[in-house]
Amino acid sequence: MSDQVNIDKELNIKGEVCPYTFVKTKLAMETLSPGQVLKIILDHDPASVNVPKSLRGEGHEVLDLSKNENDDWVIIVQKKR
Amino acid sequence: MFEFTEDHIKRYSRHILLPEVGGIGQKKIYDAKVLLVGAGGIGAPVAYYLAAAGVGTIGIIDEDTVELSNLQRQIIHSMDDLGKEKAISAKETIEKLNTDVTVVTHLERASSANIMDIISKYDIVVDGSDNFPTRYLINDACILSNKPLSSGAVFRFNGQVMTIVPHEGPCYRCLYREPPPPDMTASCQEAGVLGVLPGTIGLLQATEVLKLIIGQGDLLCGRMLNYEALEMDFRKIKVNRNPSCAVCGDNPTITELDDYEAFCQMKF
Repeated sequence: MSDQVNIDKELNIKGEVCPYTFVKTKLAMETLSPGQVLKIILDHDPASVNVPKSLRGEGHEVLDLSKNENDDWVIIVQKKR
Repeated sequence: MFEFTEDHIKRYSRHILLPEVGGIGQKKIYDAKVLLVGAGGIGAPVAYYLAAAGVGTIGIIDEDTVELSNLQRQIIHSMDDLGKEKAISAKETIEKLNTDVTVVTHLERASSANIMDIISKYDIVVDGSDNFPTRYLINDACILSNKPLSSGAVFRFNGQVMTIVPHEGPCYRCLYREPPPPDMTASCQEAGVLGVLPGTIGLLQATEVLKLIIGQGDLLCGRMLNYEALEMDFRKIKVNRNPSCAVCGDNPTITELDDYEAFCQMKF
């Protein structure tokens, strides 16, 4: 699915742990316009659950959660309109 | 424009996580300029917490020096500060807590001669003064300069908080037209105050200040919060704007500031 959407911004937060994974995700989301898409790359396993949950909690749409070729988590999220 | 460093992200993370604040709200907090009238019982916790919250500019008006009897409640001062100007002592404490904050000291008593000029440099005013002449002066100055004011007062076990948004809600004068005559009020030296009380009231005021800055929630505008510590009772009293108020009414008679007779210099 991530191949089909247009990514407006990418955020690499490998090495970050909760809650900073979401803090940095939130700051990146604030720089986007409504409807734009952010790709987040992270390697802290609990964040693969927490970040999508928190994003949904703020009304954004999580389009995809998957692992990439480096075994990192990739979250694709669209900013709420 | 303020850009977040890694340290800022960590320091303010618990704010940024709040949907109502976020990075956008935290930047508003950094850009805010808040004036505290008094660095005493109320001003001390307000200054300390607003500094921790990251308010970028905090002005403090106070001409008094730190005394041992202040330390029962004025938590921004300590033993090492005895004899030091309260505004300077507060500035030094804040600088140890958060170097993002610029503290501006005004080592003078608020008066009709200086207050309009001082207020013009700030966005929001917090009244933590201990006497009626200053309370009315600050109220009138905020109405005349159209600046929101958090008004707080403490007495023994009782405290009150009200947020005054000029011309949107009532002001202090809508509630009480004139200061009480000097001989009607209890002697300040003899009244006493529970040490934690100005902390409770000051933090309610600091909360209102942060809400004003981020533009969230319902303010104590048109509502006075009354707190009775002994009963642990919080009660909100509806207060209406008085259309014939001398300063914020439809035909105001107070168009410039006046100094009332000072009748008590003791700091709470």
